This record gives sequence, structure tokens and C-alpha cells, in this order.
Amino acid sequence: MSRAEGTGAERTGSDTAGSDRAGAEPTGAQSAGAELAGWSDPGATGLRKPGPLWTLGLFRSELVTTFRRWRTIALLAVLAGVPVLVGVAVKIETSGGSSAGGGGGAGPAFITQITNNGLFLVFTALAATLPFFLPMAIGVIAGDAIAGEANAGTLRYLLVAPAGRTRLLLTKYATTMTFCLVATLVVAASALAVGALLFPLGELTTISGTRISFAEGLGRALLIALVVAASLIGVAALGLFVSTLTNSGIAAMATTVGLLITVQILDQIPQLDALQPYFFSHYWLSFADLMRDPVYWDDVQRNLGLQCLYAAVFGSAAWARFTAKDITA
Amino acid sequence: MTDAAAIHTEGLTKTFRGGQVAVDHLELTVPSGSVFGFLGPNGSGKTTTIRMLMGLIEPTSGTARVLGRPMPGAARTVLPQVGALIEGPALYGFLTGRDNLLRYDAADPTADPRTRRTRVAAALDRVGLAAAAGKKAKAYSLGMKQRLGLASALLQPRRLLVLDEPTNGLDPQGMREIRSLVRELASDGTTVFLSSHLLDEIEQVCTHAAVMAQGRLITQGAVADLAAGARGRLVVTTPDAGDAARVLKEQGVGDVVVTEERVTAEPPDRDLAEVNAALVTAGVRVRGFVVERASLEDAFVALTGEGFDVAG
Repeated sequence: MSRAEGTGAERTGSDTAGSDRAGAEPTGAQSAGAELAGWSDPGATGLRKPGPLWTLGLFRSELVTTFRRWRTIALLAVLAGVPVLVGVAVKIETSGGSSAGGGGGAGPAFITQITNNGLFLVFTALAATLPFFLPMAIGVIAGDAIAGEANAGTLRYLLVAPAGRTRLLLTKYATTMTFCLVATLVVAASALAVGALLFPLGELTTISGTRISFAEGLGRALLIALVVAASLIGVAALGLFVSTLTNSGIAAMATTVGLLITVQILDQIPQLDALQPYFFSHYWLSFADLMRDPVYWDDVQRNLGLQCLYAAVFGSAAWARFTAKDITA
Repeated sequence: MTDAAAIHTEGLTKTFRGGQVAVDHLELTVPSGSVFGFLGPNGSGKTTTIRMLMGLIEPTSGTARVLGRPMPGAARTVLPQVGALIEGPALYGFLTGRDNLLRYDAADPTADPRTRRTRVAAALDRVGLAAAAGKKAKAYSLGMKQRLGLASALLQPRRLLVLDEPTNGLDPQGMREIRSLVRELASDGTTVFLSSHLLDEIEQVCTHAAVMAQGRLITQGAVADLAAGARGRLVVTTPDAGDAARVLKEQGVGDVVVTEERVTAEPPDRDLAEVNAALVTAGVRVRGFVVERASLEDAFVALTGEGFDVAG
């Protein structure tokens, strides 16, 4: 095995020397000979045993490629901007001395608490971005994952490299999930920074009325961010599946975002309450239960279970579609 | 090198949805070590065939073996030994030329990450792109993109190179460079499978060729044999064209055509020196007496019975 790797490196080395023929290499002919010998031995290529971690190279490349794109950076910038907007709006609203509007009452009522504790801006920002901004960003990344490569024609070169269809799909899904996590953490971090800048920090009151320390509050905030990121698993799987259906990145993105909006609207129609527990967005705002004391887990678990179900169903569908697909783009 | 063919297909057929037969019972054999020209008009099924060989498209029926193994089943073991340029280059415009190659190399699970940068640099150097390696690919000209595509096929030592229209978009200088690169690779023992609709390109570099039209294989074999299939023409240049034609007919030469100072005819089986002597004896002033070799183009037209048009 180690010997085999040695010859592999040697051959690559001689290839480098061989291509540099202009440099009057006295060993040029010799190395070309070695190259030939290496190629003609049918076992030689079989000896090019990949290292166990080499397969992760594609994932690394995928991450670098994704996060280096201007589009990805712009999406993250928009997400980071939401907490700034909310924070500044609350600050201006309350600068007259009156405490923030008494009530609202709809949804998790974190926003009224922001003036007392900047940490609540994290919860507010996540609650504000989860229904639309976050899943939309995921839809763009997931929808473009396969379809975008097909559109640019790079998919065929990845596959003849050969990336392997299952490996490529897994890599794409892992990258999308990484983006979910990064996007959520960007929102949370931006909100924490803005909250610390504009408002006091300290002990906080849970929804149940008990008081917890700031350190525990931070821990809860991180937990909530992770749950929010996990809430996006379903959309990511759905987007990836849509992405395997078409050769147009734009079409895949638009379809995914369209589905997202449709499901959100259907989730508001009371006549459909029998179906609603199966909508991927139905339990999204259950993360507020993590601010109860003791934590109320039921809906959070239902949410995570539902996301796993979506990942399994649409992940399998994407795999079945992609591994059997004729790549004509 | 084993005797097994680098590429061998049996009854390879692809019918697209809607019933269009793109490739029809293709029996193709590409000998190991050859430079194989794959000819045909646009739309004749060349690219579909290449996509099936590379495991991108599942054949409707029939089998394909590449480097002795079945495709697409053995893609994981076969494809690392194959460099391919399919239907023009495809690049990530927002990445530099070098980063494009690093990405394609990372996609190959058998590529050693420790030698990746060296191999990428060598490949860039080989296609003459070393100076532009740091430029974003979207700023590349078509010729530079084509070169980068070739570089991605040369990231590893390969046993087989599949090049689909490799000189598209290149200037004459670039075409020459590609031809010499192909010859150099072939002399190293790499089998090169070259698809093109440019006949003279095939004629200049290929040892073997196959011709496709409307999804079917019309012929395949050594280039010399294919060209020999179409017979050359005897061409006599003379100011006495009328006399020359008469003498040629007397000598039993068939299909005599007179055009001003040129008389062309089917070359006779007998010794041409005697024919020439007969002309001179009859007082015909001969300026030129030559048999023009049939080109692959003549062979192609003779085979397809038509011009080099897009299939309908």
C-alpha cells in the first residue's frame, strides 16, 4: 500500500518533468519511459489507492466554492441586516422614554422584552427570519445545487472526474446543511452584537416567568439557533430534490421558494387543519418553547421528527432521480 | 499494453423520450494506442455516443466497454483513467482558471490531494495557460476556455483521452498546438478518441477513424484504408485536351472528363507509365500527369452519398 503510493507520487513527478520538455531535461526520455511502463501495467492504475479522507476533498471544494460566491455572501449580508433593522426600529420606537408598545400578543412576544435585555433580539431576529428569509436563502442554495451545475455544464465534468452521483448528491446536501447552520448563526451573531450595542444585557425572564442567568440565556440562545437551523432540513431536502428535476438553476430556485410560500399560505387556512401538521413549516415557531422553564419539548420534537421525515422522503427521491438521470446538459 | 480494445460497443442504442433514435446499434471498436477519429455531421449521434461511453447517459440497449470494463457500471474504476472534453469546456466563471482545475481534481476521489497543486500547475503549463492561471474564468476567451478544458483532462496520467471537438474556437496556431499535443500524448501510449466534424483535422492526426451519420456507424478502420476505399483520379494537364481525352479512351481508361486544360479520369489498372507513353507518342504535349490521392472527404462523401449537412 505504501509502496503503491510511492510509485503513484513518482509517476506524477515524472509527469511534471515530462511536460516540462522545453527545459532540456536529460532524464526526459527516461521519465517518459517510466510513464509508459506505469501506464501499460494494467495493475498500475489499480494501485492508485485513494486515501480514506481523499473523498472529503470534494466537500471542502464545495464549501469553498459555495461560500466564495458573491451570491452567498449577499444572502448572508441580507440575513445579517435583519437584526440590525429590528434593533434600530425598536430603539427608535422606545427612545421617547415609553416602553415598547404594550401587547401585540401574536407569536412569541419576544419583541417587547428587547428593551430590557438585548439577548431577546436574538430570539426576535430568529423568529422574524425563520418564516421567510432563512428558508428563501436555503431555497436559493439548495435549488441551485444540482441544477446550477447542470446549467453551467460543469455537472458533466464533475461526473466524469468521477465525483460519483451519490457522493456528489451527499456533498451537495451536506453543503446546504452547512449553509443552513452558518446562515442561522449569522442571524444570531448579528442580533447578539446589535442587542449588546443598543440595549442592556443581564439576567432574563423566561416565558414561564422564572428568571435565569445571562450565561444560561446565552446557552438557550445557542440551542435555539441550532433548532432553527435543524428546522430548515426539510426545505433543504425539498430544494435539492427540485434541483435534480431541472437543468435550470433559476427554475429550481423559483420553484423551491414558490413551494415555500404556498405551504406557508396553506398553513394559514383553517379548513386544511388535517393536513397542516405535515407541512414542513407547521412547527417552526415551536422553538419559543425552549424559552420556557422547564423546557416544553413536545412540539420541538415533533418539528425535528417532521424535518427528518422530509429529509428521508425527499432525500430518497432526489437520490432515485439523480442516480438514474441522463445527463444531457 | 493489453490487446483489449480501449473502447468496444455492441449494439449500443439510445432512444430518447419521444422516440428519436440518437444512436442505432453502434458496433464500435477503438484499438488501444490508436488515435481514433470519430467523424460525422452535427446531429449524427457522436456526442450521445460519447456521453454513453462516459456513463452520463444510460443506453436504451446494448453494451459499452471502456478500457475493458462495462460502462456505466464500472465508472468508478474506469473514469479516473480517462480524461474527457465533452461538448466544449464548462467552467465556473467566478473561479480562477487554477481554482477550476483544483475543483475538478478534488472531484476525483483517486486524486492525491498532496500532489494536487503540482499536477494542476503542470496541466496549466502543458496547455499554455500558466500565465492566465490567476484570471477569473469568465474573462477567458473561447480558446482559453477550450485550453482549460483540455488541462482538466490532463490532470492525471490517462490511459484514454476522449476529446469532443477539441479545436472548436481555437485559432490556427491553437489548432496546431492541440494537434501536436495529441501526437505527443499518443506517442506516450495514450489512446486518443477524437470526435470532430473537420475532416482534415482527423486526416492529419488520426491512425483510425469511424464515420457516423444519422445515428448509424457507416464505416470504421484505419484512415489509410478508408481513404483508399475512395479511388483517386488520374489528372492530365495538357494544352491538347481533346487529343488527350481521345488517346486515354483508346487506352481503355474510363470516365474521362475534359475541363479546358485538364483531363481527369478513373486511374486504369495497367501501368501508368505506358499510358503516359501512349499520350506522348500520339503527340499530346503533357504538362502534368498525376494520380490525385482521394482525401478522407472524398471517402466520406462516397460513403454517405451526400454532403456534410446537419441531419434533419
